[in-house]
Amino acid sequence: MPLPVLSHESQLPLADVESWAALGAGGMLLLLGTSRRSLVGLGMAAAATPLIYRGVTGRWPGVIAACLPSDDSKSALAGDRGLHVRESVRLELPVAEVYRFWRRLDNLPSFMAHLDRVTMDDATNRSHWIARGPAGLSVEWDAEIINEVENQTLGWRSLPGSDVVTAGSVNFDSVRGGRSTQVTVNLQYAPPAGRAGAFVAALFGSAPGQTIREDLRRLKQILEAGELAQVQSPASRS
Amino acid sequence: MKAVCYYGKEDIRVERVPDPEILNPRDAIVKITATAICGSDIHIYGGYIPTMMRGDILGHEFMGEVVEVGRDNRRLTVGDRVVVPFTIACGHCYFCKEELWSLCDNSNPNAWMAEKLNGYAGSGLFGYSHMYGGYAGGQAEYARVPFADVGPIKVPESLTDEQVLFLSDIFPTGYMAAENCGIRQGDTVAVWGCGPVGQFAIKSAYLLGAERVIAIDRFPERLALAASHGKAETLDYSDVDVLDRLRAMTGGQGPDACIDAVGLEAHGTTLDAWYDRAKTSLMLATDRPHALRQAISACRKGGTVSIPGVYGGWLDKFPLGAAFAKGLTLKMGQTHMHRYMPGLLNRVERGEIDPSFIITHRMSLDDAPEMYRTFREKHDQCIKVVMRPGDSPSHPPPDTPFPSGN
Repeated sequence: MPLPVLSHESQLPLADVESWAALGAGGMLLLLGTSRRSLVGLGMAAAATPLIYRGVTGRWPGVIAACLPSDDSKSALAGDRGLHVRESVRLELPVAEVYRFWRRLDNLPSFMAHLDRVTMDDATNRSHWIARGPAGLSVEWDAEIINEVENQTLGWRSLPGSDVVTAGSVNFDSVRGGRSTQVTVNLQYAPPAGRAGAFVAALFGSAPGQTIREDLRRLKQILEAGELAQVQSPASRS
Repeated sequence: MKAVCYYGKEDIRVERVPDPEILNPRDAIVKITATAICGSDIHIYGGYIPTMMRGDILGHEFMGEVVEVGRDNRRLTVGDRVVVPFTIACGHCYFCKEELWSLCDNSNPNAWMAEKLNGYAGSGLFGYSHMYGGYAGGQAEYARVPFADVGPIKVPESLTDEQVLFLSDIFPTGYMAAENCGIRQGDTVAVWGCGPVGQFAIKSAYLLGAERVIAIDRFPERLALAASHGKAETLDYSDVDVLDRLRAMTGGQGPDACIDAVGLEAHGTTLDAWYDRAKTSLMLATDRPHALRQAISACRKGGTVSIPGVYGGWLDKFPLGAAFAKGLTLKMGQTHMHRYMPGLLNRVERGEIDPSFIITHRMSLDDAPEMYRTFREKHDQCIKVVMRPGDSPSHPPPDTPFPSGN
């Protein structure tokens, strides 16, 4: 089943500008070219094609794209199917403190927007995950911790037979002489299949990298500032 | 409560809005006793600041009395009299620890917006667009102050509101502008713009050891204040060739440091200023950096250009070649408020400076729409407007006290 909502396109600020610029330049070339009715004009019109393609679709044609550097860690990591995100964040805390917080998997929903609840069974190292998405729909799965090195890394994956096939890992690196911790998250929901797969795709929206980046920003706020930055909703101000 | 709200370009209204509430454990609610209109509010008024929304409460220079505190706020108690810094900072992230408070990582809930524009986001600000967090501002009767256990500074009863109010922004901003110049004994500093920040930059340059300060503007009352109170030599740019005069006044060397206290809406009389005006009016450019260009041209070799003036976008015809050729240092950014407030409060207490000298207009909150206009047009010799939310309007309003009365 195709996943139209999943896109690993660059979310860089210049992407929009580039689209409009390409569309504009392409359109201009096409107009100038066709109005000339000469060989040069034909060339100009032909040159407009990739520009217009870039403007409309948001990506360069394959031939050109192959020559351009990949501008985004997320697009480099993403396969054709499923969802694979890697994001990282730095916190002004010793690594043990950050690790301890994350190791309590039931803390994850406090900063990961797509998770509603995670419950841990310390005896079996298994956990039950509930994700809630648009329109109040939810999906559940069980997972197990498959890799654990204290204060360094933590890995988990869903148990065989789950609706959702997912795996994740976090690396905790002590940086800046131990004053800070760099947290790198790899999250995989792949390959999605059926209703649950489409649902997971919807959870992360069109920019899964950004979604996880916002999650990590909240993690940072909770651990560093002790609270989530928030403002009174505009509704209550009107 | 009553609040000054943004409704669009040049559309400011005083509205009834719900009172703010404690949202987070470190919050406090302040009952505002004095609040000011800042030159940077005028950029909002003119529609230069993106991500403003209808109904946003304006204002980021305010002080008052603490009337409520969150459960984890152990530094403030109800009844404290405080001045609130316009930048919001958590106190624990890398940037706060490095005393780069206006670059706090954790205070802007809309950091992603600023990241799209700038790569990385600065701190949240009161009443200064959703890109800076969408926090309700302080031109109101009450304000919610996040991270109130690190931001607001308690002020002694011996000082009046007017003496301490400007610790909320413009005094530290002018001071940091001067400090960024790296002034050494005997230096000459030129200051473009004699608005409130320029006036404080002039005073601060002397406090930091400058021998001469040269102030540049075109409004007689502002130049007069720079001369009388700031003890600056003055240049009226509508009357003289600034570059030529600065060269002559410094023996052909140029000022050791130049401060651009004008920012993105510079007015000028030279060709490049008209070019900026034409391009911005056609939406082909975001800023009018005439003052900055001139500061870079004027500065001596190896000198410093300090930029407290606000810039918003991509600058056109920016003379980086001149800055490079002369080996200039450029310093800029939002003020790291928390770093300067205690020291500057001490200076006020010791009587080294009385910041109330810049106030020209004392009004009520209801006068805000009119005062935004007056301040922008520099009518009525307006330099600084202070509003006291408790006062009744100076001009009795028509039948309904609030324009759209919701």
